[in-house]
Amino acid sequence: MKTAALLKRYRAALIVMALFAVFLVAFPRYAAKAETSLLDQLKTMLLVVPPIFLLLGLLDVWVPRETLMKYMGEGSDARGALIAFTLGSAAAGPLYGAFPVASVLMKKGASFWNILIFLGAWSTTKVPMFLFEMNALGARFAVARLLIDIPGIVLIALAVKALVPKKEIERLYAAAEGMK
Amino acid sequence: MDTFILYGIAVILFVISLLKDRNKTWVALKKGLKALEGIMPQFLTVLVLVAVVLAVFNTETVSKLIGKGSGFLGVLAASAVGAVTLIPGFVAFPAAAQLLKNGAGVMQMAAFVSSLMMVGIVTLPMEMKYFGKRASLTRNGLAFAFSFLVAVFVGWVVAL
Repeated sequence: MKTAALLKRYRAALIVMALFAVFLVAFPRYAAKAETSLLDQLKTMLLVVPPIFLLLGLLDVWVPRETLMKYMGEGSDARGALIAFTLGSAAAGPLYGAFPVASVLMKKGASFWNILIFLGAWSTTKVPMFLFEMNALGARFAVARLLIDIPGIVLIALAVKALVPKKEIERLYAAAEGMK
Repeated sequence: MDTFILYGIAVILFVISLLKDRNKTWVALKKGLKALEGIMPQFLTVLVLVAVVLAVFNTETVSKLIGKGSGFLGVLAASAVGAVTLIPGFVAFPAAAQLLKNGAGVMQMAAFVSSLMMVGIVTLPMEMKYFGKRASLTRNGLAFAFSFLVAVFVGWVVAL
């Protein structure tokens, strides 16, 4: 039964991998590059992902639900949003690393609005990234982008919150509850 | 650099946690591992998709599509490339700087960087697992549209 369940969970991954093998054979001119980039990405992911999940486990165990709800729950207002923004901006790693963290925050009772702010900040206003961007693309470019991104994050969060029905949000919270 | 900071924080907190409570730390570790395994199927799928996308879109294609004179279509293309690729910022910023030197437009690069960071087509399956179809598609769609605003604004500021 265990193997069958495992197979079912990895079905999509296995299909994509089989298609990838077909791709490599069918388009040999892309094969070398695709293989290199697969290995590179695998290295990056395997490097970035473990500490995120370790931190997640620690967050789950050490931060009581009540504390998190108090600071980031419904009715936490601007302070909660500021915390969400700071948490996201202080993070490291690509956006997909943010999803499981957001899920634990949801489980702990953070409001949907704060989750969206957190995701927005994680995606685009990370502090180390900003310094690097300034260095590579110039201060004007980086500062202008930061200035437009902050209202952008808020606007996108407002819009997503308004466009996703309450029922769906409740379903997501229930799913986050059962994630582990 | 990014990764070092991350590991540093994780290790420090882990040690503190270990000193404070062995059992809780053990539970935290198990929870972390379980969550990691939970997302593995999506991770693997995304990995392969990214590899194919990166192999097909090479640097020449990118710079031809999003040069200075490419106008709105160039911004659209840049945004689209940013949306489908998954390049870490530490690779993307120098690449964008290089493209700028080689005739790419500021607006196009701003749109590219913005949608690269905020939109993730290949990571959508992962996002949907946590946020459902509706919220994920809405967030990505809006972030894509937003990259045009970023392009105009950053283009304007840099040209000031």
